[in-house]
Amino acid sequence: MSIQEAEAKVRKIDEEIRQLEQKDAPDVDLATIKNELEKAKNTILTKAYANLSSYDKVYLARKPTRPNVRDYIENLFDHFFEQRGDRLYRDDCSIIGGIAMFRDMPVTVIGHQKGKSLEENLLCNFGMPNPEGYRKSLRLMKQAEKFKRPIITFIDTAGAYPGIEAEEHGQGEAIARNLMEMCNLTVPVISIVIGEGGSGGALALSVANRIWMLENAVYSILSPEGFASILWKDSARAQEASEIMKLTAQDLYAFDIVDVIVKEPMGNLNEHAEVIYAQLRDLLGNELTALCRLSERALLEQRYKKFRSIGDCSGI
Amino acid sequence: MEELFKERREKLNIIKNLLRKPKEEKKTANTSSVPEGLYTKCPECEQGYLSEDVQKNFYVCPGCGHHFKITAADRIQMLVDKDSFREITPRLRTQNVLGFPNYTQKLSHLEKTTGLNDAVVTGVAKVGGCRVVLGVMDSRFLMGSMGSVVGEKITRAIEYATKRRLPLLIFSASGGARMQEGIISLMQMSKTSNALAKHNAAGLLYISYLTHPTTGGVTASFASLGDIMLAEPRALVGFAGPRVIEQTIKQKLPEGFQRSEFLQQQGFLDQVVERKKMRATIALLLKLHAREAAL
Repeated sequence: MSIQEAEAKVRKIDEEIRQLEQKDAPDVDLATIKNELEKAKNTILTKAYANLSSYDKVYLARKPTRPNVRDYIENLFDHFFEQRGDRLYRDDCSIIGGIAMFRDMPVTVIGHQKGKSLEENLLCNFGMPNPEGYRKSLRLMKQAEKFKRPIITFIDTAGAYPGIEAEEHGQGEAIARNLMEMCNLTVPVISIVIGEGGSGGALALSVANRIWMLENAVYSILSPEGFASILWKDSARAQEASEIMKLTAQDLYAFDIVDVIVKEPMGNLNEHAEVIYAQLRDLLGNELTALCRLSERALLEQRYKKFRSIGDCSGI
Repeated sequence: MEELFKERREKLNIIKNLLRKPKEEKKTANTSSVPEGLYTKCPECEQGYLSEDVQKNFYVCPGCGHHFKITAADRIQMLVDKDSFREITPRLRTQNVLGFPNYTQKLSHLEKTTGLNDAVVTGVAKVGGCRVVLGVMDSRFLMGSMGSVVGEKITRAIEYATKRRLPLLIFSASGGARMQEGIISLMQMSKTSNALAKHNAAGLLYISYLTHPTTGGVTASFASLGDIMLAEPRALVGFAGPRVIEQTIKQKLPEGFQRSEFLQQQGFLDQVVERKKMRATIALLLKLHAREAAL
């Protein structure tokens, strides 16, 4: 049973419970029936979550109800001060960034923003940045370096936007510049993949000392649809593509790209998000303390080595 | 093991022959993009020309100036001082981490037909008497896509240049990151760009030379980071491919969109350089950056 089928069943049970509660039937043992139904719900979810396919995770990672970057900023930090604009051309809302307090430490926070309503979606281009977004993020990172603030980025994008203006303004150059400049940042950088990590558009915010990933988030070279379209000229084979792409948190952990997998509770993540926030508060607390102890040189060396070792080919 | 070495030696010999004996190269450099046979039809102006004339003209159409795609070996031979090229780290193999079906067989087949071990040839050479570390991509090899071997070879070339304080010149020709190696390919963008960050911080020159076509993850990493940005005329250069953009915005793209001349107009290229001026241009740039010149 796919996760979507399981979710449909759970919705049906929820509906049954609701109807039961509305019915005025004194001879029925409401509590017992409700209890049974809740148990059934739990069994279905447990089974579905224990057997998630990669494609299920693509679905979960993209779910619009998942906590987004704004939720994380609100729940993990205090006094967020948003900074806008790339100082060159315009402000790109698909990337949000600013300064905030984590406990007693000022940090720079940057993340992809997809938006939750259609209006928000349109405003932030469904989280697909233009070059201005990457240039804004680089501006904020350089400023973080100036004021010695650690940088925390939240990754959640289908990819960089493929549009005429994006090309005219140097989408490739903007991403490349981020990759090169992030390597030299003398402050700690931590990236957290909270939903969809799509292609160069995600990578441009994740050249980090530590990369963490939510249990059901995905991170891939391209969307499964794009992958299927390039290799098999058929984007409808996205499900098949997901299964061979090795895009789950567990896959990336096995490749040593991801350092920590953040456990997700079952069911609607937005209803149990505190479980995630609590883990992240602990992780951030520990890791920021540890990374801030490193010398600038050690910090740079650690980040360089992390990426340098990926895809080391055996000599013959 | 012995057999592997033998195979590799044979391949190296093919490359060496290509580089050192220009007359033999016509017979062995056998691809659809490079003119062969007595006559060559230009895909741009559709006129037929004597192949010999096209070849003498640096594989540029004598009529309309269309730049044919060329192999890495041809480019190196056109560019470097005679007998000065030495290949570095040729013996790398991908791990095929996705276990992608038929991928290893495909690579073996391409190795045999192209004489390359992957989509880039790296080495050191002299151009106009100046030493330079060279990376030349070859689009015959899976569209020049960047997997772990391309990423590793380019990174090692950059690190070699940084360590020996040499200038770096990379000719890109690539469809982008290689799908068959998934996330590992994507991470090569970061790996190569990070190596460039160190080369850059060491105060060394990097010339990025874009050739047709350069797109995707290669555009979004090392290809866009040159101190000097050059491109061949009419080369397609962009992040997203034209087909993807057309599908996204549901309209036709304007003529000349994502071509070198367009990029230059937009401010992303120093110069568009014709192939016949390639050698002289590189020699001049290396001379202008030679440390002796600065003193």
